[in-house]
Amino acid sequence: MAAAEGHEDSGSYVLHHLTNLKLDLRTLSIDPAAKGFWVLNLDSVIFSLLLGSLVLFVFLKAARAATSGKPGGLLNFIEMTLEFWERQVREVFPQANPLVVPLAITIFVWVLFMNFMDIVPVDLLPFVAGKAGVEHLRIVPSTDVNITFGLSLSVFILIIGYNVVFKGPVGFLKEVLTHPFGPWLFPVNFALRIVEEIARPVSLALRLFGNLFAGELIFVLIALLLAQLRTGIGGAVLSLVVGFLSQLAWTFFHVLVIPLQAFVFAVLTVVYLSTAATSHSEEH
Amino acid sequence: MDINATLILQMIAFAVFVWVMMKFALPPIAKGMKDRETRIADGLAAADRGSKSLLEASAKSEEALKAARQQAQEIVGSASKQAGQILEKAKLDAESEKARIVAAGRAEVERELAQARDTLRKQVGELAVAGAGRILKREIDAKAHAELLADLAAQV
Repeated sequence: MAAAEGHEDSGSYVLHHLTNLKLDLRTLSIDPAAKGFWVLNLDSVIFSLLLGSLVLFVFLKAARAATSGKPGGLLNFIEMTLEFWERQVREVFPQANPLVVPLAITIFVWVLFMNFMDIVPVDLLPFVAGKAGVEHLRIVPSTDVNITFGLSLSVFILIIGYNVVFKGPVGFLKEVLTHPFGPWLFPVNFALRIVEEIARPVSLALRLFGNLFAGELIFVLIALLLAQLRTGIGGAVLSLVVGFLSQLAWTFFHVLVIPLQAFVFAVLTVVYLSTAATSHSEEH
Repeated sequence: MDINATLILQMIAFAVFVWVMMKFALPPIAKGMKDRETRIADGLAAADRGSKSLLEASAKSEEALKAARQQAQEIVGSASKQAGQILEKAKLDAESEKARIVAAGRAEVERELAQARDTLRKQVGELAVAGAGRILKREIDAKAHAELLADLAAQV
C-alpha cells in the first residue's frame, strides 16, 4: 500500500505526505512551496468544510425528524449526543448561556469527523488525487495547525467575550490587574494573566494538532518501513501482510485517541468559558 | 506548519457552523425532547390517576354491594316477619271463625233442643190432659187448667 507514487527517497515520501495542497492567494496559483500568510491550504479547507457540512446535514436531518413521539435511529443518536453535552455543560458551567451547548457539540462532532479521516488509509486518497493530477493532498484537517488554531482562537475570542460580558469591562480589568497578588503588583498580575490566557488556545490547538499529526505520521512511517522491506516477490507478500497487520494495530490504538481528543477539546472549551464567566476572587 | 489564511477561513466557517447549529439544528431536537418529557410525565400522572380512581371505584362498588346485601337481608327479614304476622292473623281469624261457627252450631242445637222440648212438653201436656180427660170422662177446660198444664209441662 505504501510508496504507491514511486518515491524512492523515504524523506521525500514523508515530506510529500506532510505537504498541503496550497493555493497562493496573491497569484491564485497552486504552489506547494508557497510561503507567507496569504496562502490557503486548499485540502484542509475543503475537507474541513465538507466534514462540517456533513455534520450540519446530519443534525439538520435529525432536526427535521424531531418529534415528541418515538424517536427514530438517527434522531435517537443525535438526541443522545445533545443530552450528553447538556449534562456536561450543566455540570461544568451551570450558568451557561444558550451558546455553550451548540458550541460544544459543534466542536466535538466536527473535530471527531475530522479526526476520523485519519482512519482512511494514508495513501488511498492522495493516490487517487495523484492520478487526477493533484500533486499534494492531506485529508485530515485536524493535522493542520491552521484548522486547530482556527477553532482555538475562536474559543479564545469567546473566552475574552465571556469575561467582559459576565464580569463587566471594569470588573474584568480589575481582576486582570489585581489577581492573584493584589493591586500593588499589578504589572506582575497583568503579565501572568496574559500568559494564562494565551496558554489556553495554544494548548488547545497544539494538543489536538500534536496527537493527530503524530498519529498520521505513524501511519506514514509504518507504510514507509514496509515499503523498504519490499524486495522480490517474497518481500512484497511479507510487506503486504505485515503492513496490513501493523497498520490495523495502530488503527485500533488510534481509534481511541480520535474521540478522546475531540472530547477533550470540547470539554476544555466549556471549562474555559466557565472559568471566564466566574470571578476568580470568588473562587479563593 | 506555517500559519496562513486557512486560519481565517476556518474561524469564519466555525462561526457559521455554530450559528446554524444553534439556530436551526438543535432547537427542534431539544424541543422534541422536552415535549416528550412532559408527555411522558403527563402519561404517568394519568396512569396514576387511573389506578387511583380504579381503587376508589372498586371500594365504592364493594360498599354498594355490602349495602345491597344488607338491604336484601332486611327485606327478607321483614318479609318473613310479615308472613308470620299474616299467618298469625289468619290463625286468629280462623280460630274466631271456628268459635263463631261452633257457637252458632251450639246455639242452633240448643234452640232446636228447646224447641223439641217445648213441642214435647206441649205434646206431653196434651197427652196428660187427654189422658186425664179420658179418666175423668169429661172435658177439661183448657183455659181453666192452663196454669196447671204449664206447671206440668215445666216439670217434665
